[in-house]
Amino acid sequence: MEELSALELRDQIAAGKISSVEATKAVFERIRKFEPVIGAYISTHEDRALEFAADVDRRIAAGEKMGQLAGVPVAIKDNMCTTFGATTCASKILENFHAPYNATVVEKLLAADAVIIGKANMDEFAMGSSTENSGLKQTVNPWDTTRVPGGSSGGATAAVAGRLCFAALGSDTGGSIRQPASFCGVVGLKPTYGRVSRYGLVAYGSSLDQIGPITRNVADTALLLNVIAGHDPADSTSVDETKAPVSVYLQNLDKPIDGLRIAIVPQFNAGAEEQVQKALNEAISVYKNLGAEIIEIEMPHLDYAIAAYYVIATAEASSNLARYDGVHYGHRTENPRDYVEVYTKSRAEAFGQEVKRRIMLGTYALSSGYYDAYYLKALKVRNLIRGDFTAAFEKCDCVMMPVAPTTAFKIGEKVNDPLQMYLSDIYTISANLAGIPGISIPCGMDDKGLPIGLQIMVPAFVEEKLLRIARMFEAQTDWHMKKPPMNEK
Amino acid sequence: MARRIDQQQVRKVAKLSRLDLTDHELEEFTSQLGAILEYVEKMNKLNTDNVEPLAHCLPVSNVFREDCVKESIGTERALANAPERDESFFKVPKILDDGSGA
Repeated sequence: MEELSALELRDQIAAGKISSVEATKAVFERIRKFEPVIGAYISTHEDRALEFAADVDRRIAAGEKMGQLAGVPVAIKDNMCTTFGATTCASKILENFHAPYNATVVEKLLAADAVIIGKANMDEFAMGSSTENSGLKQTVNPWDTTRVPGGSSGGATAAVAGRLCFAALGSDTGGSIRQPASFCGVVGLKPTYGRVSRYGLVAYGSSLDQIGPITRNVADTALLLNVIAGHDPADSTSVDETKAPVSVYLQNLDKPIDGLRIAIVPQFNAGAEEQVQKALNEAISVYKNLGAEIIEIEMPHLDYAIAAYYVIATAEASSNLARYDGVHYGHRTENPRDYVEVYTKSRAEAFGQEVKRRIMLGTYALSSGYYDAYYLKALKVRNLIRGDFTAAFEKCDCVMMPVAPTTAFKIGEKVNDPLQMYLSDIYTISANLAGIPGISIPCGMDDKGLPIGLQIMVPAFVEEKLLRIARMFEAQTDWHMKKPPMNEK
Repeated sequence: MARRIDQQQVRKVAKLSRLDLTDHELEEFTSQLGAILEYVEKMNKLNTDNVEPLAHCLPVSNVFREDCVKESIGTERALANAPERDESFFKVPKILDDGSGA
């Protein structure tokens, strides 16, 4: 049963061939077996999930009209607020935080009758590229347990790859859905900024953060996007649907794009490992064989994306994380001498090193005397990067590039060198800066048997086309069917 | 215009960030932030004299809604996560200076 896609499972549940309770029990059986090795979840909620599943089964039997994910066990990254269990962001500062409301995406999953089974591990506050910055636990890559799953949504991608859920939601600020999806051999979509409500998503970089699906194939991503996309009055940056309508993404998914024009940036791609470049080139030839036109272009400012990102994201983070003050919620230091120590010691005790580093960097970039040189400069570079994409999309339908310069690296390999860790985001960050959607789909493997992802980017709000382009490749190849060798402890 | 950050500046930033750092952290962050800033300064190779800053990708301006009363989460739920409370208030140490020099 675990090999069914989310869509297939939903249809079988609807047809009465499998019950949601059976599917949920099967997932928890696997979690009991493999979670001690993988460590994908910060919390699981078996009783709640089984109760919810039983209710779904009851309503299906009664002939009620059901939601789009009726009965399907799904996971969410632990930075989305739920009224059940804790919402920790993998931080000691929120370890015991119980949200008073559900994130909008959680409400939408519930309304779609999805069975939320657990909350997945992540880098603390989504700051990281390996999930090693989690303040609560370590997640390993199901393909090689000595390697990282990527990050920051590494728990969610490991859970999807390891069949410890049928689909998941992650969040992506600089590549945090796409890079771990690539490392774990699954599909991950960062939608257009504003496509999905961020209400109840714990904020990191507010002008960059976006929630998106992590699944085993493109159709499941289309299905999940339909469930979560749309305007939300509670998020003023979620986009008016009269201006950018939400499509039924599954409807035309199998229709190829006629006369597809793909842009590649050879100079920029040369920075990736040889095997990653080879997989990319082979993926491009698949499209070429389908009749696509390949256009080589230059995007001269992409090389500056990491520099701009680590100023903008940390500046926004330094402001967003000021709310952790030891007063309203979260960890408070014991026996503070005065009210200032409530802040300084609570924060020092409960934030991890990477979070402190980014708060410091952002505070510095915004501080008097440095604002123009760093923050304002970064915003201008951001505009140049968006300009590169605008110019590219005048000549092509999509830009294709690697997701990450390497495959999954070893646990511990980059933890002591933050800059090296940042550089692993080089191919994903520009989509966040430009606000456009990007998807990672499995497109190959290196000689160590580690998955490689193909990244496809399109203009804002063109997700329907993006998914169809991704599906064109998937329909020709079986990389998405490969599964990791799972071993019990 | 390479300007590497020194330990005194890091100390100041820690104060602005409301982070009580250990000496070891101060030392480590001074060298790590220095390396990151040096990398970030590659932006200076780009001429941005005539480029507008882009803070946000969407053409968003203020979004208004009707000013009507809606249900709120209520005092109990709002205070449920408070580290310390006093009836319907969040409780913190004394803030006003009582002259003791604290």
